Amino acid sequence: MAVTKTDTKNEAGLDAETLRSMYRHMLRSRLLDERMWVLNRQGRAPFWISGIGHEAVQVAFGMQLKPGYDWVAPYYRDLALTLVVGMTPKDQLLSVLARADDPNSGGRQMPAHYGCRRLNIISTGSPVATQLLHAAGIAFASRIRGEDAVALTSIGEGATSEGDFHEALNFAATHRLGVLFVVENNGFAISVPWQKQMPIPDVADRAEAYGIPGVVVDGGDAIACFRAAREATARARAGDGPTLVEAKVLRLTSHSSDDDQRRYRPKEELEAEKERDPLARFSTTLEELKVLSPPDAEEMRAELVLELDRATDEAEAAPLPDASTAMLHVYAEPGDS
Amino acid sequence: MATKTYLEAIRDGIREEMRRDDRVMILGEDVGAKGGVFGVTEGLQKEFGEWRCLDSPLAESCIVGVAIGAALNGMRPIAEIQFQDFILPAIDQIVSEAAKMRYRSNGDWGVPMVVRAPFGGGVHGALYHSQSIEAMFAHVPGLRVVVPSTPYDAKGMIISALRDPDPVLYFEHKRAYRAIKGEVPDDEYTVPLDRATIAREGSDIAVYSYGMMVHTTLDAAARLSDDGFECEVVDLRSLRPLDRDAIVASARKCGKVLIVQEANLAVSVASEVAAIIAEDCFEHLDAPVMRIGGPEIPAMPYAPPLESFYLVTPDKVETALRALAAY
Repeated sequence: MAVTKTDTKNEAGLDAETLRSMYRHMLRSRLLDERMWVLNRQGRAPFWISGIGHEAVQVAFGMQLKPGYDWVAPYYRDLALTLVVGMTPKDQLLSVLARADDPNSGGRQMPAHYGCRRLNIISTGSPVATQLLHAAGIAFASRIRGEDAVALTSIGEGATSEGDFHEALNFAATHRLGVLFVVENNGFAISVPWQKQMPIPDVADRAEAYGIPGVVVDGGDAIACFRAAREATARARAGDGPTLVEAKVLRLTSHSSDDDQRRYRPKEELEAEKERDPLARFSTTLEELKVLSPPDAEEMRAELVLELDRATDEAEAAPLPDASTAMLHVYAEPGDS
Repeated sequence: MATKTYLEAIRDGIREEMRRDDRVMILGEDVGAKGGVFGVTEGLQKEFGEWRCLDSPLAESCIVGVAIGAALNGMRPIAEIQFQDFILPAIDQIVSEAAKMRYRSNGDWGVPMVVRAPFGGGVHGALYHSQSIEAMFAHVPGLRVVVPSTPYDAKGMIISALRDPDPVLYFEHKRAYRAIKGEVPDDEYTVPLDRATIAREGSDIAVYSYGMMVHTTLDAAARLSDDGFECEVVDLRSLRPLDRDAIVASARKCGKVLIVQEANLAVSVASEVAAIIAEDCFEHLDAPVMRIGGPEIPAMPYAPPLESFYLVTPDKVETALRALAAY
């Protein structure tokens, strides 16, 4: 079993600005995610699938990327990742409200099916693990052209049971491609606990079978995540091949807005997890490191709430797609690339 | 202009496009040093290097999924599936991903990829080296599905497919590879991906077909010609989209219709052609629409008598045509 990496004392040596930026990204995503739940419970948004509890590792990896040069093949919990790379709360609100100007899909896909050409975030559908092969192919194309762009792809531990997960690791490892495989392991495939998904506790142990490094990191420890992300990215960019990074994260919400995890998880377990919220942990760490005081954190929150309120109003005022557009983009239209 | 086999024509088209456009690359099982199990990619790895003609792991979802990724990142990949029978592990990548990428991203992302696969029977390939499952893909909006029947079209359509901005499934009848020869221009040319063509003109019976079955149909049509019945043989070439105008024009002209395919008939290309004719040509018909295809058994068996039972032959087509002629 791999050792889970932690770094609560900032042995990674991150400067104050980087730490504050990480925290801001995490908080911005959290506030937006909570807003999505509110919109859903108010009946204004039909569906939401959350990333609450997963933010640290997404932010840590997102901060390593060169937006629009590097590539992202995300999965549905990657709200924070999309924001770090350059999408906005308004972009994602337009999506949850199925508005025409939603940059992910123009209101065609369910929320949290991310994609943005401008930022090299490829469009993702609902079948799981398929995007890992796309990331391998993207990195393969970069390799053919001699570019050092990296392709980040992420996945829940549930989808690591799919064949595409193994086929992607195998291909990327065989050709030493610049892929970052990030497993956000929250221990549940909807309601099925990891013990019924796999015989080993650490997905990262599978990396050995493909001859690549496998790293387990505490996904509630933002600094440890940053360090793991930095190392894996440097390795990929240098042409030394892929890394499988597994972040042990908490799913602090039900699987989706249509699920109620109280039906299959003990109350005590859920309450204990709340005490380990990565955002609160990071806030405490930053206070201890004297990087962010409580008043500074409060000011940051107020500013982000203001941005979010404005974005929510704008998204709600935006039009729905017209039914006459439903036949467009089945095949390339004039102007499509 | 030189006489080439169907297989050589496909290779010529790929090679010329690879020389012209360095985004074109091939990924598949045994496509490198061996040149593919049928030899379509022979010599390409030597000319273009390992990266542009890569021997893949034995994993079809990987082949297509990686090709999709490469296409998203600016390449023009060909994913070669060794036999159409083995394409099913990749169906999620083809149907859920490639076919829907443009639509689901509202035009933001496209997948300019060609998936090539040999299909069809009559080569003692038994259940898993003989199938014709193109109808599964012809059902899917967002895909193009083409089946050239002549060397001329094989070259022109592979070039068109490689220049198309959307995923194209390009199916090659494996019996045509060496059996079918024809004139192929040395120069670069394209053939449209969405147009049927008239393989033989006539005005008595319209016969629709594609792939190797076009040649079977032409043989039968020649026999009827000796007796004064002239068949119009329509080579569909594109199964998605079907060339509706061409289908309707020949049916209206002839008034009698036969559809010939190697695949079994239920919920197939023949079903769709028949539906189009029923919708648009009802008042022009002088006989019921007839179809010939494989039987409703899981796939083509190995033993020669069983294989022959499955196959559509010139004799079977001739019998159907004579029944229509007499109607």
